[in-house]
Amino acid sequence: MDSALVSALNAERAARRAAVLATPLSGAPARLLRAGEPLQGDPLADEIREAFRSGVSRRVTGADGDVFLTACLPPPRLVIVGAVHISQALAPIAAIAGFEATIVDPRTAFATEARFAGVRLIAEWPEEVLPGLGLDPWTALAAVTHDPKIDDFALRHALERGCFYVGALGSRKTHGKRIERLSAAGVPADDLARIRARSASPSARPARPRSRWR
Amino acid sequence: MTGPTNADVPDVADPLSADPLVVAEAWRREGRRVALATVVETWGSAPRPAGSHLVIDADGDFRGSVSGGCVEGAVVAEAAEVIDSGVGRLIEFGVADETAWRVGLSCGGRIAVWVERID
Repeated sequence: MDSALVSALNAERAARRAAVLATPLSGAPARLLRAGEPLQGDPLADEIREAFRSGVSRRVTGADGDVFLTACLPPPRLVIVGAVHISQALAPIAAIAGFEATIVDPRTAFATEARFAGVRLIAEWPEEVLPGLGLDPWTALAAVTHDPKIDDFALRHALERGCFYVGALGSRKTHGKRIERLSAAGVPADDLARIRARSASPSARPARPRSRWR
Repeated sequence: MTGPTNADVPDVADPLSADPLVVAEAWRREGRRVALATVVETWGSAPRPAGSHLVIDADGDFRGSVSGGCVEGAVVAEAAEVIDSGVGRLIEFGVADETAWRVGLSCGGRIAVWVERID
């Protein structure tokens, strides 16, 4: 394989762009396929699309013999807006699950290294930080401050950038108000429906009488 | 940037720095002769999934893993020949293989590894 192809693949990966490397096991020249490039007429179009979708690398059989498809999807990331107590648990859980976690919270009383040792922590407003983090479809965002001044921009930005998961905490009432604010700010209804409200799982809460749940 | 920021935390935004493909690129840039081994198929229990890489140079230095250590030695030996000849080859390892006692996979699976030179 030409080292220029390795360099080109590494450049796509470093830029968090999906790519597939097609390596014929006959020794014929390999090909680099970048996300979004047209695949019409490609004898392996279906297999390549599947590699982009699943991120699974595998050997496939084409007309000219076997080809190995190396699927390179950007590694998943989680941006947590809010350096609150649940973030102290969520950040290590995310790391174990293979997510690179970043916490953003402008409140310096919350965003302290002592509370979040070993976690990437940025004590700035989401407006100032998130555009530079390059949120993308392989990024999840969880807004957990319950404070519209901090959460709202982050939610709008995550929806605009196509994050695969956009979650927010708060009661139904809190979320209802959130929807009203974001809707008034021009966020399309389809986008608002993508917000996973009450993103905390019931099982993550202490047990309490069923009649009081909901 | 103002406010407390954990500057000492390793840059998790750059998990690629120890990645075999990044190592391969860097080694080539240094003028080293390099081969890349890739797990292209696994059967049964195998320690590393398809797509796992091992990068090897002409001196036998290597990074990455194709089997968690079971057959790396054999792959490195094959890579030396591939670096000389420039001809890629497909190698299978497994308990059914006659080399099992030497370089078999103790987990009982089989793997196919494609070894090619990076030019």
